[in-house]
Amino acid sequence: MADDDTKTPLLDQLEEGPWPSFVTEIKRAGTKSPVCGDLLGQLEQSYAEKKGHWKHGGIVGVLGYGGGVIGRYSDLPEKYPNVAHFHTMRVNQPAGWFYTSDAIRTLCDIWEEHGSGLTNMHGSTGDIVFLGTRTDQLEPAFKKLTAAGFDLGGSGSSMRTPSCCVGQARCEWACYDTMALCDDLTRSYQDELHRPPFPYKFKIKCSGCPNDCVASIARADLSIIGTWKGEIQQDAGAIAEYAASGLDIQKDVCDRCPTRCMTYERGTLTIENRECVRCMHCINVMPKALGPGTERGATILIGAKAPIVQGALLSSVLVPFVPAEELAETIKELLKRVWEFWDEYGKNRERIGELIQRVGLANFLDAIGLDPVPEMVSAPRDNPFIFYQTDGDGH
Amino acid sequence: MSIAIESLADDMYQMIAETQGKKNLKAGDLTKAMIAKHGEADCTKDLCKQAIRLLIDSERCVYSYFGGSYITLPHKEGAAPD
Repeated sequence: MADDDTKTPLLDQLEEGPWPSFVTEIKRAGTKSPVCGDLLGQLEQSYAEKKGHWKHGGIVGVLGYGGGVIGRYSDLPEKYPNVAHFHTMRVNQPAGWFYTSDAIRTLCDIWEEHGSGLTNMHGSTGDIVFLGTRTDQLEPAFKKLTAAGFDLGGSGSSMRTPSCCVGQARCEWACYDTMALCDDLTRSYQDELHRPPFPYKFKIKCSGCPNDCVASIARADLSIIGTWKGEIQQDAGAIAEYAASGLDIQKDVCDRCPTRCMTYERGTLTIENRECVRCMHCINVMPKALGPGTERGATILIGAKAPIVQGALLSSVLVPFVPAEELAETIKELLKRVWEFWDEYGKNRERIGELIQRVGLANFLDAIGLDPVPEMVSAPRDNPFIFYQTDGDGH
Repeated sequence: MSIAIESLADDMYQMIAETQGKKNLKAGDLTKAMIAKHGEADCTKDLCKQAIRLLIDSERCVYSYFGGSYITLPHKEGAAPD
């Protein structure tokens, strides 16, 4: 790269202000890796020309794998030779993103030896993302990763790396063991993860409670969100402590309940549990006083996606409640039926949520053998014109 | 009687070779074509899965990404610099 090209006035603007800057971080990494200078140079040129200079596609994995590597090449290889190849490797993250510092050092050492040293911890699907390497470094990097107990994650038309919140490892609200389920699903579907069998991507995310810390309802094709049956657990003493410490329970808790299912009168909190929609607001505001009920499990939802080919979708309820101990078995049976249907009728690059929209939820439910239940209705119909056919007798 | 995985892999390879450059085939396309050719009694989805695995592990075919994942013959990547 010529000396004039080392100036990056446009990128430098991204270093201003109090927030963290990826430009600053890449410059810092540049003291160790020659890739970073060319990366910034090409990005500066892209900003100046308002034109991307990456060519995408082609290579997808290491030997035997159809996912885990995202091929990327510069279309200015003579000018920026250090980023002529700039492939990304997706590495399957540990459930709940728990690492020892040794594990993180191992990952960084591997990537400094075989790649740019730049990482993204973590990508939006949850994987450890290794940014920038050459084709000839993919196999050696993979060999060292597997020796250290890691594996590649999903990409392309495969099941993507399942992810989960920290669950019962750190959170008292987790209604099932998200990490165990995520680990089980990851190990059970290695073939679907590494050898793309589907019309398009398929994401699974496990959230321990309706707070949905991994945003599964917005991003996962199959969302598993912890919930409970029965009454919210209450600790009257702790409620009194919240009141004594100045919390306005009526205003800040009861009045903000979306279904107004609770009242606070003369020091007593009364909850109409039948009306509770598990929004978690009251539990979030008074964590020491309230907690999820004791009969715990999860709701299984289907069909969310971020906007790529078509617009964004939120998940729809598929099974309203599955007891925690039956979750893994139920999900595996459901997935078999859902994938069978998607395989048969899904168009190329059509997510499962889009397919359900296209064929209709009723047809989809019929095909996978589930009966419709009221919990599947997200809102009552607002169209008053209902057309129905009568038989010959006028009935 | 179920078709042998090796001959299923050969059939798939032939199909991929014939359509190379004209149409990209996904794993699902190959599976449907093989079941249509040999019948559901002799050719199951599981057999097709094993045949695809054989093709990939033997390096006769590779996975490629063109907006989706496809199974193709090994090729020099068009995007790769010389």
